[in-house]
Amino acid sequence: MAKITLKAVEKRFGDNTVCDGIDLEVEEGEMVCLIGASGAGKSTLLRCINLLETIEDGEILLDGEDISLPGLDPQPVRRRIGMVFQSYNLFPHMTAAENVMLAPRRVYKKSRAALRPEITELFERFGLADRMDHYPDQLSGGQQQRVAIVRALAMKPEVMLFDEITSALDPQLVGEVLDVLRLLKDSGMTMVLATHEMGFAREAADKVCFLKDGKVVEEGAPSAVFDTPQHPDTQAFLARALK
Amino acid sequence: MTKTTAAGKTRRQIYEDRLRRRSMLIAGGSTLAVFLAVVILVPMAPGWDRVKASFFNWEVFAKTFPKLLEAFKLDVAIFLWSAPAIVILGLLVALARDTRNPALFPLRILGAAYTDIFRGVPVVLTVYLIGFGIPGLGLPRPWNSPYIWGSLALILTYSAYVAEIFRSGIESVHASQRAAAASLGLSDADSMRFVILPQAIRRVIPAQMNMFIALQKDVALLSFIGPVEIFRQAGVFKSLLANFTPYVGAAVIFLAVTIPATRYADYLLAKQNRERS
Repeated sequence: MAKITLKAVEKRFGDNTVCDGIDLEVEEGEMVCLIGASGAGKSTLLRCINLLETIEDGEILLDGEDISLPGLDPQPVRRRIGMVFQSYNLFPHMTAAENVMLAPRRVYKKSRAALRPEITELFERFGLADRMDHYPDQLSGGQQQRVAIVRALAMKPEVMLFDEITSALDPQLVGEVLDVLRLLKDSGMTMVLATHEMGFAREAADKVCFLKDGKVVEEGAPSAVFDTPQHPDTQAFLARALK
Repeated sequence: MTKTTAAGKTRRQIYEDRLRRRSMLIAGGSTLAVFLAVVILVPMAPGWDRVKASFFNWEVFAKTFPKLLEAFKLDVAIFLWSAPAIVILGLLVALARDTRNPALFPLRILGAAYTDIFRGVPVVLTVYLIGFGIPGLGLPRPWNSPYIWGSLALILTYSAYVAEIFRSGIESVHASQRAAAASLGLSDADSMRFVILPQAIRRVIPAQMNMFIALQKDVALLSFIGPVEIFRQAGVFKSLLANFTPYVGAAVIFLAVTIPATRYADYLLAKQNRERS
């Protein structure tokens, strides 16, 4: 059974259909990259999986369990699915460590003292050991984004969603964030990324999914999608994206 | 190679120094001219002697000022017990108006009605209605005290304004902060308490300070319903001495509090704008 299964997911904002019958399977431990032009529906799809948006039709299954059931309490689901955003969205009035500890403290009722060791370990793993007590505005974009990843990981999620997490970064800071993603993949995390980093998708993804106008146009192994794209839309997109 | 003069300054620095000296000279000269004109011309105006005797009588000022200062303590006391109540009630009303829980919908309506009513009615009218009206129902001592009901009138009025300012602060926190909190599995209440409110409150502190400066002045309205605070005390002296100088004395005391407080609020606002740009 797949970790995440999307069946004919449909999402509309008014008259605008953003996800138009999307089917997708993400296996346990797999990294799936969603590619496509801005407005293709990549970000919205991720927000739907994390239940930040409700879907009009279709089903979203987590471990075979329908999490898109209308009326379902979203909070227990969100604890199992971590999400990282393009604009980091750190809480600016808290230090990096407080950002990371807030949710485990409130949701799992753990004390700061109990959390500190495991948090410290996470910060060390991602090269942020000396940044724990800094405020977000004292950190570079790359550091902020890594803290945001640590914050999501501290909830011990089963799946991680990444919404164009390098798009707001200076080019020289992109690498350090991509390294973190590689580290996570090696640890066996199930990951779904919306990304414009084609080189990274080709090298690290298990599966690549090309979206256009809210539909999956083409999907498959990165080598297949990047080297021998079948659909003319995919070919056109890649010709521009890889030039 | 930069060309520097003997004094070790660049051409640019010399030019800017000269500009600065010149504008200081002009500003100083024009200020002095206006000041002199006021000092010389105003006493020449017809009736100035009468104005001076009635409003700026030094003897009356010196005699009444200590008593006015004494009475001002009551204003400060009323302010001090009203202000915390206003912060708490204002915050509660703001949260009630922001709630999305359908069971609490009546609270939302009440909150909206409350802010509409108390922001729409002149403060002095509320003070009369509650401060005279409720003790007039024949309550026993000490529950007929004008202090209680007068303060309540101020609390109800100002909480309505303060609630709206809190609400604007809550709405100014970007939706992405709520999304981030939700994505971590935080409950709506926790997200409000730990993520949204701390940022919202910080942002509206300068605006709230201006509200409390206004409150400090409006405490004087309670003089209409009984308490002998500074405004009423000044009125007593005015009748006694047939002179308006005590009112000027009272104004001086208010200004001594409100001008530094206003400047401080402006400073906080400027600091916040700098930090956000």
